[in-house]
Amino acid sequence: MERRFDEELKHLKERLVGMAGMAEQSIGRAIKALVDRQAALAQAVIQDDVAINQLEVEIEDTCLGLLARYQPEAKDLRFIAMIFKIVNDLERVGDQAVNVSERTLDLLKEPLLKPLIDIPKMAVLAQQMLKDALDAFVNQDAELARAICRRDDEVDHLNDQVYHELLVYMTQDPKTITRAVDLILIGRHLERIADHATNIAEDVYYLVRGHTIKHRLAGE
Amino acid sequence: MVVTARVATAQIDVQDWSVWYGAVPALRAVNLDIRPREILGIIGPAQSGKTSFLQSLNRMTELVPAFRCAGRITLDGKDLYRDFDSQDVRYRIGMVFALPLPLPLSIRENVTYGPRLRGERTRTRLEELTERSLRAASLWEEAKDRLDRPAMTLSGGQQQRLCIARTLAMEPEIVLFDEPCSGLDPISTAKVEDTMVQLKSRYTIVLVTNNTKQAARVSDRVAFFLMGELVELDRTDVIFTAPRDPRTNDYVTGRVG
Repeated sequence: MERRFDEELKHLKERLVGMAGMAEQSIGRAIKALVDRQAALAQAVIQDDVAINQLEVEIEDTCLGLLARYQPEAKDLRFIAMIFKIVNDLERVGDQAVNVSERTLDLLKEPLLKPLIDIPKMAVLAQQMLKDALDAFVNQDAELARAICRRDDEVDHLNDQVYHELLVYMTQDPKTITRAVDLILIGRHLERIADHATNIAEDVYYLVRGHTIKHRLAGE
Repeated sequence: MVVTARVATAQIDVQDWSVWYGAVPALRAVNLDIRPREILGIIGPAQSGKTSFLQSLNRMTELVPAFRCAGRITLDGKDLYRDFDSQDVRYRIGMVFALPLPLPLSIRENVTYGPRLRGERTRTRLEELTERSLRAASLWEEAKDRLDRPAMTLSGGQQQRLCIARTLAMEPEIVLFDEPCSGLDPISTAKVEDTMVQLKSRYTIVLVTNNTKQAARVSDRVAFFLMGELVELDRTDVIFTAPRDPRTNDYVTGRVG
């Protein structure tokens, strides 16, 4: 017979995976709205974020209730403590997708500054990191989690590239400044999403192995 | 006048310690150290050997028929089973049992029973021991005005603290607790636990408990026993957040045992 506590943990896990799916979708839709210049889709991303925020509160409540009622130990304790942190990162991912959408609505008021190449690339990378982080969580895969942390550098590198490229536009023609700043900010938001995915991967590693890899990769 | 009791400095080392009752093995080559003024929690399911281990420390296992042992337990480097008289061992290493068993005497007589038996007759000395032991067991404030009333008039939790005082009156260095809160309500349990933590400043404590949460609350280090084997010994926070052995994880998360 499955213990009631295990059933509750399973249910909690399913809700977290559901929330992660929503956050991942938000990034995809926000970038699609930018690339395809769809204002309605950008608006929808902003509106739908409410549901992600709501889930964060609900999952946190559930975690607190489980801690109070079962006082879990060892891996069960790590599981709930990490879910506490992961929902926070997912909620921030949702916020960053909203930020991207707000910048997109701004950009849509003017013609396209330049064809978008690196930004969609960054979005795909960040989205994949988030997806993999959640796969690592579901499968309790510490090695996948560790590998995700290393991919953060790639996103950072693209972000630098976007920034320097747009800097050239701005210095050459001040009329491009508003749009260039919006795009720089979008790059920044995507870079933050990759950071949140990295946080989640680090948490998954700790959950599985019982020791942290935070702040250590650089020295490896 | 209350004279401060001496502070425990004794170090216990357990080396390859095995115990059998007849042909039945109870402990298999256990190695661990017990440090001065720590609370060492011992956890494990039924038949794990935790009580045999505890009773090995003050030679109570010897009282069990067909007891056999191998290996060594040393107290400050001296062999507990060869270099000491068993009575002296039990003076230095006291035990508090699961059920509070006050003697059918007054509160005062319960505390002074042991010292009197050992030959202590000086009245001032006995009075001083009574107050000091009851204070250390966190019972003085509740009992000081009724010292000559029967111990049986105390509540269950107070009786258990009286038993702790009775053990402390023998001025041990090490106190063994065998499930000291098994029949107590949460408030009395909290008082006994607070008492144990306070005693740590002067005594070394070994606590056997079936209540893993209790071990988590009061111990400095925790040893997990399973089928007579010491599976894991580590800092309490490590045992309850990230134990190394999957068997420890399964036990503290309530999946086995």
